[in-house]
Amino acid sequence: MLIEIKNLKKSFDKATVLKDISMTVSEGEVVSIIGSSGSGKSTLLRCINLLEHYQGGDILFEGHNILKYPDGLNQYRTHVGMIFQSFNLFNNLSVLDNCVIGQVKVLKKSKAEAETLALSYLDKVGLSNFVKASVSTLSGGQKQRVAIARTLCMEPKVMLFDEPTSALDPEMVGEVLQVIQSLAKEHRTMIIVTHEMSFAKEVSDRVIFMDAGVICEEGKPEIIFNQPTQTRTKEFLSRFIQ
Amino acid sequence: MFILSSVMPNDLIGAAFYLADRYASLFLYGIRNTLLIALTSTIIGIFLGLGVGILKSIPIVNDDPTWKKILIKIVKLISGIYVEVFRGTPMMVQAMFIFYSFLGFFKMIPILGSYRLTAGIFIVSINTGAYMAEIVRAGIQSLDKGQNEAARSIGMSNYQTMVHIILPQAIKNAFPAIGNEFIVNIKDTSVLNVIGITELFYQTNSVAGTTYNFKSAFLLTAVIYLFLTYSTTMILKFIEKKMQMPISGGPSSTTTPILVTHYKGGK
Repeated sequence: MLIEIKNLKKSFDKATVLKDISMTVSEGEVVSIIGSSGSGKSTLLRCINLLEHYQGGDILFEGHNILKYPDGLNQYRTHVGMIFQSFNLFNNLSVLDNCVIGQVKVLKKSKAEAETLALSYLDKVGLSNFVKASVSTLSGGQKQRVAIARTLCMEPKVMLFDEPTSALDPEMVGEVLQVIQSLAKEHRTMIIVTHEMSFAKEVSDRVIFMDAGVICEEGKPEIIFNQPTQTRTKEFLSRFIQ
Repeated sequence: MFILSSVMPNDLIGAAFYLADRYASLFLYGIRNTLLIALTSTIIGIFLGLGVGILKSIPIVNDDPTWKKILIKIVKLISGIYVEVFRGTPMMVQAMFIFYSFLGFFKMIPILGSYRLTAGIFIVSINTGAYMAEIVRAGIQSLDKGQNEAARSIGMSNYQTMVHIILPQAIKNAFPAIGNEFIVNIKDTSVLNVIGITELFYQTNSVAGTTYNFKSAFLLTAVIYLFLTYSTTMILKFIEKKMQMPISGGPSSTTTPILVTHYKGGK
């Protein structure tokens, strides 16, 4: 088991966002998390990367409690790549350097080695012509693809996608989903929080429906999308099918 | 230098030219000291402000151990007092107090043979540091928090994130405000005449006192100050352009507004 979450609880001041979440993700699995805004999907993802601190429960990564990860928090984070809704590319660095800096500073690779890997992943996301570009000149879709390449360069064991297409213009959603889909085909472990239902259905091995801070229902995509058992799941999905 | 009149003309402008010619070396000496103090103090102030501004930007995280929280709070309190005191009192008062309090210290390390210059640079530096601290803090806080999160999410430490990601952007955004501090310093060094520093104002006052022509002497000096500040402004604008950033942008400007508008916060 790659990730094991046990009874996770998280609240912001008085608002409880995650109430007793338990789930597991095994190696090579693609898990999509769906649910309405405010259901705690993104918070759950951010807890896994420790961008949010949780108040109760445990998250185990390869059997280690992530709060006491043997090599320290920063080393743990290199194994858990995060793709943000708003890309969050480093504005002061070129496209290439966005992909190089983590390898050099955190993984302590040589610059040449880091650049070779960065170039191969930038090529993979279809941006080999933009290597020297400043990130401010890129479109939203291109930015998100650079962000994916930046994360791939750290060679994480799991990739977390936090609504990767929600900030994109409609015509750019496709290019980003295509990249994610190609990664799924390589059997990379991924957790994807998304509002793209047809994409989730197509790409996932398992779908989790969250509502009001709890996992309401989970199962194979065919089951969740075609024969959901919970009323809340049915209600939520009916709004998308119209 | 300009005219070879041996008598001071009666008109305002003619007399100003006469003074500029007759007392050129005094004015140039004053200009040298004014620029020396303004430039050195601005540079020292930037480093001071960076240090204090970074300290003021350290977030207190709930999960930190208690000793760390207390330590951060104490450091923040001290830097807060420093900033408030030096921004909230006139530099002229600071100059008098500091000069006479640390006279012995300044006498030990004269700059260009003058312990008064040491004192002047010291005073303007700490004063500038207080303003710079606020500029740096605002520059750091104006950045989208996603920059910090992205750096942390690939495993960069707090220190690496600050040095490689946050500060380069914060300084770039704050550059117009930092440049403005330099211009303010060129003008504000004039208050140092109260501790006998022979900067431009002090020299003008001497010339005016000797010649009894206050109007022309200070008209001349106003023109000199304007020349100094205006040419500095031009140089700073040129550098800003080189850095490819909005000319009128203060520390609150962000390089790519799209990140801010699309950011909906953690849900």
